[in-house]
Amino acid sequence: MQREIFEPKIVGFFCNWCSYRAADAAGTARIRHAPNVRVVRLMCSGRVDPAFVLKALALGADGVLIAGCHPGECHYLEQNYKTMRRFALLKHTLQALGISERRVRLVWASAAEAARLAEAINEMVEDIRTLGPLNWPANWTDDRGHLDEVEKILLEHQQAMEIGR
Amino acid sequence: MAERIGVYICHCGSNIAGTVDVGEVTRWAGTLDDVVVAREYKFMCSSLGQALIQDDIRKEGLTRVVVAACSPHLHERTFRNACANAGLNPYLVQIANIREHASWVTTDRQAATNKVKALVAGAVARVRYHRPLEPMSVTVNPHTLVLGGGIAGIQAALELADAGYPVYLVEREPSIGGHMAQYDKTFPTLDCAACILTPRMSEVGQHENIRLLTYSELEQVSGSIGNFRVRIRRRARHVREDKCTGCGLCIEKCPRKVVDEVFEAGMGYRKAIYTPFPQAVPKIPVIDARSCIWFERQRCRACEKLCPTGAIDFDQQDEFLDVEVGNIIVATGWELFDCRRIPQYGYGRLANVFTSLEFERMCNASGPTGGRIVLRDGVTEPKSVCIVHCVGSRDQRFNTYCSSICCMLSLKFGHLVMEKTGAKVYACYIDMRPNKKDYEEFYQRLLDEGMLFVRGKVAEITDVARTPQEEGKLIVQVEDTLLGKQRRIPVDMVILMGAIEPRRDARETGLKVGISCSMAGWFIERHAKLDPVATMTEGVFIAGACHGPKDIPDSVAQGAAAAARAQGMISKGTVKIEPVVASINEDKCSGCRICNNLCPFNAIDYLEEKTVSQVNPALCKGCGTCVAACPAGAITGAHFDRDQVEAEIAGLLWDAHGDGRPPTAVREPELEPALPQE
Repeated sequence: MQREIFEPKIVGFFCNWCSYRAADAAGTARIRHAPNVRVVRLMCSGRVDPAFVLKALALGADGVLIAGCHPGECHYLEQNYKTMRRFALLKHTLQALGISERRVRLVWASAAEAARLAEAINEMVEDIRTLGPLNWPANWTDDRGHLDEVEKILLEHQQAMEIGR
Repeated sequence: MAERIGVYICHCGSNIAGTVDVGEVTRWAGTLDDVVVAREYKFMCSSLGQALIQDDIRKEGLTRVVVAACSPHLHERTFRNACANAGLNPYLVQIANIREHASWVTTDRQAATNKVKALVAGAVARVRYHRPLEPMSVTVNPHTLVLGGGIAGIQAALELADAGYPVYLVEREPSIGGHMAQYDKTFPTLDCAACILTPRMSEVGQHENIRLLTYSELEQVSGSIGNFRVRIRRRARHVREDKCTGCGLCIEKCPRKVVDEVFEAGMGYRKAIYTPFPQAVPKIPVIDARSCIWFERQRCRACEKLCPTGAIDFDQQDEFLDVEVGNIIVATGWELFDCRRIPQYGYGRLANVFTSLEFERMCNASGPTGGRIVLRDGVTEPKSVCIVHCVGSRDQRFNTYCSSICCMLSLKFGHLVMEKTGAKVYACYIDMRPNKKDYEEFYQRLLDEGMLFVRGKVAEITDVARTPQEEGKLIVQVEDTLLGKQRRIPVDMVILMGAIEPRRDARETGLKVGISCSMAGWFIERHAKLDPVATMTEGVFIAGACHGPKDIPDSVAQGAAAAARAQGMISKGTVKIEPVVASINEDKCSGCRICNNLCPFNAIDYLEEKTVSQVNPALCKGCGTCVAACPAGAITGAHFDRDQVEAEIAGLLWDAHGDGRPPTAVREPELEPALPQE
């Protein structure tokens, strides 16, 4: 039996000036690469609120790719350094949540590095394929089921209390 | 009230429709919440396509528009304008990039269609949260800063100054003129470079609208289009510009002679107090403190004693000049590849291997040899010369690009050598690329004149002879790929056509003015074809060889084009700037000041009396870093606000969660701050 290949869903946060243009250039140059990254265009990688990353994972993404200008080449002078700092902290949070840090990547790509970005995308998609789906929303649903159980118990408890009164 | 969203999906001929099932996507998009129309069209950007959207805005009362087409970098403005003309705020439009990011990425029709659905769902989910924005209008300062006094910068400055607008022209060297001033002749007409350049230079020097700042460098730039504040470092000239008459007596009497590495390319000498060349503009010399005897051992001061106007000032320090300009034109030019990096060509080791710039100086009548073509010994005329093309360009190890001017330069050199010495001239080329007006004709002329062309990349240049004929010669080892044979060509002189490279400090300059460089180090234009002189930073333009290897006519054309763009902005008087900026909700701001240090543009002020921070929208560039950092969620990043981005994420993942339909609302209602109870 042939197994279906797992196609990871990856949300990309690309800065408007370098990486988004690199992704555009990769398309324009018809550099074929995995179509699994769905890109959110932000003005700067510094805009990436770590909450966005968690939101994406919580809504079913199997990975998140943050891409910005190379250090020292930020359109906003130095904001990608702040991304770098946040990313380091985010990794801790991911670890605490039990999410492999391979699922969230930060890459630098200048507007001229279309081929390099395409390569990074391919590599990440392959890597996440080996990790398998993250399936966070399913876990949420489970949790909700769990909460329902708790609520049921509470209700029964309350009813028992009322009977006893 | 529910929004009325229109979704427009472009075929882009077959660019999108070839790999994406557009019909399927359109049908599917029509089922999304709040989508009242979903249409497909062959070319959405055409006037008919735009009219389609405009009609729907009017007839269907659309409140939001999603266009799924090419990159927003190409047509976002087109569709925003189209919607604005139909009465919809331009910021209520969202582009889904389904061409560069989907149809051109894969050939798998199913995968491409799926990705397009996700991108459309993301855009639909996001656009619902868009808020109308009004661009701010700022007045444009009529002054322009031109950075670099080569031919491109000179042209730009003169165009603007002639149109009546004031220009600051900043040049690093003591004189303007750039590389062109070093040349003897220009191809293909063989015009004398100085004869056509120096009148332009003196025009600059005398122009009432040009403030010429030579021996000066850009220190710092702040502000944005219309109102840049620029700090210029005026390096200590040690000669007072207000007193010097340019008589040249000081230069004549200066006892210290040093090799001129810049203008003479190491081929000639200059004094410690000097002007690079006789026609320098301004004619005011500078004292090079590194070679001056006074600065070395506190003796001499001959120039000071002899100066009839007392213009010499040994105590002069670097000064800073702050100017305000509306636009900046960057024309910082190029540098020659260091031919020592290819040791097998022997430059620096074999005396009679020259670089193209050295040879230019040698040909120049006012150069170190008075225009005579001679070997390094200064007397012997060469009987044979070999010109080596593509030294450091079209080479995987150094620069992969073509330096574009060297083929013509080589033909010019061939002509000059044959004309002046009658020597035999070989040119070892990979491909001949004389590809502009009258260039091919010049190539034919040189073929007729008897220049010898060998097709092959030179392997080595050596002085180790194998035969008596090779004795005392330089031997060029090359595979003649047309003959299919290895050849050893014995010659007296070799000229290396070094690559045209970006300025070594181009990145630094780029950072100061806020523009970026390609991997090679060339400044990147806004659009490779349609916007070649503008950059991604509004109000900053590029001209000449700082953008890529360029010959004189192209540099001049770009200089003029950049000036025209700046002039357009100035004559209009005001410019609309993007309202994509951050703003702080004072009620939510706790005054923690975390954001204050995050802004590199100092756009965030802390108001002591209110204990809150505030964003100055004129300085904010909209990066959003502070928005992401605010622990209280008090900062709003217009057009990239939290609800918008989070809705987009949810839309992009429409097939990964929930019931497989993009959710109408994905964000928990925001908690309003509790009002104090009476």
